[in-house]
Amino acid sequence: MDRKRVEEIIDKHDGDPSALIQILLEIQSENRWLPKEALETISERLQIPLNRIQHVATFYKAFSLVPKGRHEIHICMGTACHVRGAPRILEAVENYTGISPGETDLDLKFSLETVNCLGCCALGPVMEIDGKSYGRMTPSKVAEVLEDFD
Amino acid sequence: MPRINSPAELEEYRKELLSKTASDKPTIAICSGTGCNASGSNEVAATLEEELEKQGLSGHVEIRRTGCHGFCERGPIVVIHPEGICYFQVEPKDVPEIVSKTIKDKEIIERLVYTDPITGEKIFYESEIPFYKNQVRLLLGSNAKIDPKSIDDYLAIGGYSALPKALVQMTPEQVLEEVKKSNLRGRGGGGFPTGRKWEESRKSPDPIKYVIVNADEGDPGAYMDRSLLEGNPHSVLEGLIIGGYAVGAHEGFIYVRQEYPLAVENVNLAIRMAEEYGFLGKDILGSGFDFTVKVHQGAGAFVSGESSALMTAIEGRVGEPRPKYIHTAVKGLWGKPSVLNNVETWANVPLIINNGAEWFAQYGTEGSKGTKSFSLVGKINNTGLVEVPMGMPLKDIIFKIGGGIRGGKKFKAVQTGGPSGGCLPDELLDLGVDFDELTKAGSMMGSGGMIVMDEDTCMVDVARYFIEFLTDESCGKCVPCREGMRQMLKILTDITKGKGKEGDIERLEELAEVLSEASLCALGRSAPNPFLTTLRYFRDEYEAHIKEKRCPALSCKELIAYYIDPEKCQACMICSRKCPAGAIVGGKNQIHVIDQEKCTKCGTCYEVCPPRFKAVKKISGEPVPEPIPEEARTIVRKRSKKNG
Repeated sequence: MDRKRVEEIIDKHDGDPSALIQILLEIQSENRWLPKEALETISERLQIPLNRIQHVATFYKAFSLVPKGRHEIHICMGTACHVRGAPRILEAVENYTGISPGETDLDLKFSLETVNCLGCCALGPVMEIDGKSYGRMTPSKVAEVLEDFD
Repeated sequence: MPRINSPAELEEYRKELLSKTASDKPTIAICSGTGCNASGSNEVAATLEEELEKQGLSGHVEIRRTGCHGFCERGPIVVIHPEGICYFQVEPKDVPEIVSKTIKDKEIIERLVYTDPITGEKIFYESEIPFYKNQVRLLLGSNAKIDPKSIDDYLAIGGYSALPKALVQMTPEQVLEEVKKSNLRGRGGGGFPTGRKWEESRKSPDPIKYVIVNADEGDPGAYMDRSLLEGNPHSVLEGLIIGGYAVGAHEGFIYVRQEYPLAVENVNLAIRMAEEYGFLGKDILGSGFDFTVKVHQGAGAFVSGESSALMTAIEGRVGEPRPKYIHTAVKGLWGKPSVLNNVETWANVPLIINNGAEWFAQYGTEGSKGTKSFSLVGKINNTGLVEVPMGMPLKDIIFKIGGGIRGGKKFKAVQTGGPSGGCLPDELLDLGVDFDELTKAGSMMGSGGMIVMDEDTCMVDVARYFIEFLTDESCGKCVPCREGMRQMLKILTDITKGKGKEGDIERLEELAEVLSEASLCALGRSAPNPFLTTLRYFRDEYEAHIKEKRCPALSCKELIAYYIDPEKCQACMICSRKCPAGAIVGGKNQIHVIDQEKCTKCGTCYEVCPPRFKAVKKISGEPVPEPIPEEARTIVRKRSKKNG
């Protein structure tokens, strides 16, 4: 992500320091992770020490300080999905991809995260890949779904 | 659209709107809430548009993409007005028939309507379906009637009529008095009287005040606030503006989780529309009252839903709670008096102003007035969003509305109140659901998640699950919460893994006591509730895990084993082909045997074994029977005997 785009996002929020989280969210959603250079630009422009920005960027779950894979897998671990067998879905996905929650594989193909309730409990257990939901999952269906991604 | 400058102009405009909409024009309402979207309602809507075009009906039929209808289990939901015919689980392939039969010929397609699972009776209309019939949908009901992206739709159903009433006909004190009289209590979990909170802020001398909507709905398994914000954002906004007026605030914030993209989109649009119409901004409806609203997106932290933490997050800092010796209503956002209420609380305000406190108080119990929405999820037949008057017995919610337990299994417990709540067993099913009754039973109202559990759910694992969730979400600021929970999690995990020891229960109780006494905020103080309630009502399960290394629900992986009953196995090879670990030995006509060394206990074999064989067994607390000797494994079938 180039500096110009980062500056544009900051300008959109009038360089307001209280908009820090909103600015980080926008960069995260466009770039899918927060490069150090971007954080430095924000620090300069908003006059917020870099360590405070790091504090925010590591506190909230939405932010990532490392690059993400091409496909983001979210396994819902909400209570409704949990009682319907979400842990077994997670395990099947871990076995298939070879990565644990919070990790990205070496080919930058998949990133795996657990989330706490996607709010479509009727479809539980739910897995979400790149924003698309796959409902009523079973461990045996995991491979079928993941095969289609490259 | 020119700005509306007075209540008279607003009524004029509303009249005009109503006269334009012909009541007999067919309208197809498609639920476009997150749940139905996930089951494909977008595709259905797109196909519908194409099909109307194809059959020459565009312009004659209106398509309305509404908010959540609540019956998520049967999504995507399509309702055809003016008749009110309800179709469930509609797929794109059903669309041509809907247009040609139902729209053109007024003929009902029976396969798409609701079939009562017990009587087998076909039910055509929403109002007659048991799921809806037993509810009182004061708040959620409007979701199905309007397109949340259209402010005109909201106006057409009488929206923004409480606003002029409050701003022009009433003084801020009168508004406050009305809300106090209604006995509305905070729907976010605590149940604090809303009017008292407002009054505290109003009385505070600081001239700058804030009002805030808490839409950081973090409880897993709860999505009422999202549906309301997605499906009817103007109702929340109207409540917020009225609240601002009563409190004396001119600035409002809506804190919404970024995990709810559709809610963020709809609420932003609603604010823009309200500004354009003059319901936000300077001199609203000529009353002299100024008010603006900003949206702040949360970045994913459960603890930030706590009031003081949420306010620091809006300030652009890390959302950690602080001690609240001084209430946030007096010293909150940027040190100013700030009223924070939950989405559902705000949405109740216009109803109270429109209909009066007495009307509101007719619903509910002595201590808890009005209705409450719940997300009824888990092992229940009718998963969905329900709204009932306070005080309705649990069993009515679960069995009459929820349709009972999935797969004919036995009810075990219902978990209310999210991670801070507790699990209630079947002997408490007669309990009337309100703030005080739930607290007495050791649980709490919380924001309204209601997770139903059946005999296959292990209660020790449920306690472990919530403690794990909270350990992960604890901000780590205070020691009892950070360290206490970590120890509780370790002991509970050991118990579910069969490493429980004598004395574990007592140690957990001790930790729970420290946590609830000494933690800084409600997250830590209420964290032991799931453990304490499961222990209180399901102590035998804890003891079985610790003493017999047995999981009565056959759920804890380390304590169970799968094994194939040689008497029942028909050597169909389905399980051996599906087993991801390659742990099933046996070919054609060879009774299958699970290699216990290789088995990862994923349960795939149990799941795929044809129900007519039911050969795969789950066992716990007993040794796995020895595999039958290899020479005895060949199945001699009658037919092959004949042929041979």
